[in-house]
Amino acid sequence: MTALNPDYLFVFILAAFLGLQLIKKVSPLLHSPLMSLTNAIAAVVIVGAIAITGEEGATPLAKTLGTIAVFCATVNLVSGFMITDRMLKMFKRKGS
Amino acid sequence: MDAFVPFAAIAASSLFILSLMWMSHPTTARRGVMAGQLGMALAIVGALVHHDVVDYDLIIIAMIAGTAVGVPMALLMPMTAIPQRTAISHAFGALAVGLIGAAEYYKHAHAEYAGTFVLWALMFEMILGFLTCTASVVAFGKLQELLPSKAIVFRGQRIVNAAVALGAVVIASMLALDPTQTWLFPLFVILVLLFGVLLVIPIGGADMPTVIALLNSYAGLAASAMGFALGNKLLIVAGALDGASGFILAVIMCKAMNRSFANVMFGGFGAVAAGAVGGKDDRVVRSASAEEAAMQLENAASVVVIPGYGMAVAQAQHKVSELYQALSKKGVDVKFAIHPVAGRMPGHMNVLLAEANVPYEQLVELDDINPEMPQIDVALIIGANDTINPAARDDPSSGIAGMPIIEADRARSVFVIKRSMSAGFAGVDNPIYYNANTQMLFGDAKEMVGAIAKELQGGGGGFH
Repeated sequence: MTALNPDYLFVFILAAFLGLQLIKKVSPLLHSPLMSLTNAIAAVVIVGAIAITGEEGATPLAKTLGTIAVFCATVNLVSGFMITDRMLKMFKRKGS
Repeated sequence: MDAFVPFAAIAASSLFILSLMWMSHPTTARRGVMAGQLGMALAIVGALVHHDVVDYDLIIIAMIAGTAVGVPMALLMPMTAIPQRTAISHAFGALAVGLIGAAEYYKHAHAEYAGTFVLWALMFEMILGFLTCTASVVAFGKLQELLPSKAIVFRGQRIVNAAVALGAVVIASMLALDPTQTWLFPLFVILVLLFGVLLVIPIGGADMPTVIALLNSYAGLAASAMGFALGNKLLIVAGALDGASGFILAVIMCKAMNRSFANVMFGGFGAVAAGAVGGKDDRVVRSASAEEAAMQLENAASVVVIPGYGMAVAQAQHKVSELYQALSKKGVDVKFAIHPVAGRMPGHMNVLLAEANVPYEQLVELDDINPEMPQIDVALIIGANDTINPAARDDPSSGIAGMPIIEADRARSVFVIKRSMSAGFAGVDNPIYYNANTQMLFGDAKEMVGAIAKELQGGGGGFH
């Protein structure tokens, strides 16, 4: 890709506005789990790491960097989703 | 199999959106986590089956190793360490982004890519990624108290910061215009990493909620930038959602302190305001015992507990919950007023109290509790200071003037659990301690709350 594809900007703008609207609705009760959830979701960069590590003709350097990136992203997404759920389990109503 | 890939990405994006939507309320939030996990699984499968990926060994090893580290991290992490964990996971995420950017840069380090959009996007992505990485490590160090949590300031700091930032941007531009100068690349990375450190060391502990939220936002934007560079819409969407989330949280934190982004990032707040402590005076402080506090609490119709970072430090949340149970049993209406910046990350107090089995209906926000304050019999302040300082409301010359506070001083009587008379993080004098309706309970928060709860469970009952 040599120039900016306007489609991508379009997608970004829509997603950003949608994100702003969705996050505004999140109860302040849940701001900590929200942060660990979005952090886990951002670990979706693992798809880029997988491509770099596994693609045909990857240099040893690319493989090394990619493998570390896959590791880091995996730590993030596994611990991020699990700890979010652990936190949310603790939020109980009265009498439950 | 390739036909599946774009649809997996669309489904994953939709699931991430649903995940945030369901996150809005505690009753649906766990469904949100499920949706997020499903979306992630689809995204990973989509990446793995892509025809470009031919070698799976390293990927599988890295994923197993990552899981082996991530699972214990999630299961064993104490809830009091949630801010640190969040900071370090931002570092991991940002490092991944930076490293992918580096690998992509070397792939594009040929003259034919000079000045292309992909290189500019990669440079932007790496600046955000690498700076978030070291900034998060420093934030982690401060929260874990491996580093002094105070603001570290030195002469000429802003000039040094500006020079490092400018250097990094200039080299990034040179690399984007002529990617074959690979010798410049390590220098670029080092400058950006250094800038991340410089960015966070002048920020004090109590500003960490804003910083963590901001780093969350950067990590998201970095992921989005990578999506632009790689032409991956899923990354753009997920990154934009994360970026928006961190941004909104940071705005909420700033508003809750009546400060601007610039002030938080470059203010050196703790250091500046420390000189503002008022002169010595003959104001009287009344202190009380646990017995006296217990007596007043159980004779109250309504009690508002206002927790702050001190409660987290003393790990007093379970004792606070015992106090809540004991008072509820006696028919006292107990609410918890949570200031947005109480603690070290957004929502910190809520998680601690939820962990200690306080029902979430009892946790109320600042705007909801303040109008009720004059009708509240007892306000019990546990480890909070600046967030209840009436000077923010009454004294325009105060270092925290204009910061929204929980108006504890308007309750009929006020108890403050505090170790000593030292000033809070902002170093600003707090007149609430000298009010006629205030009584100080000097001691460790955990022990003091425990003692009051014991009084209520044991000796109590005779006063009704």
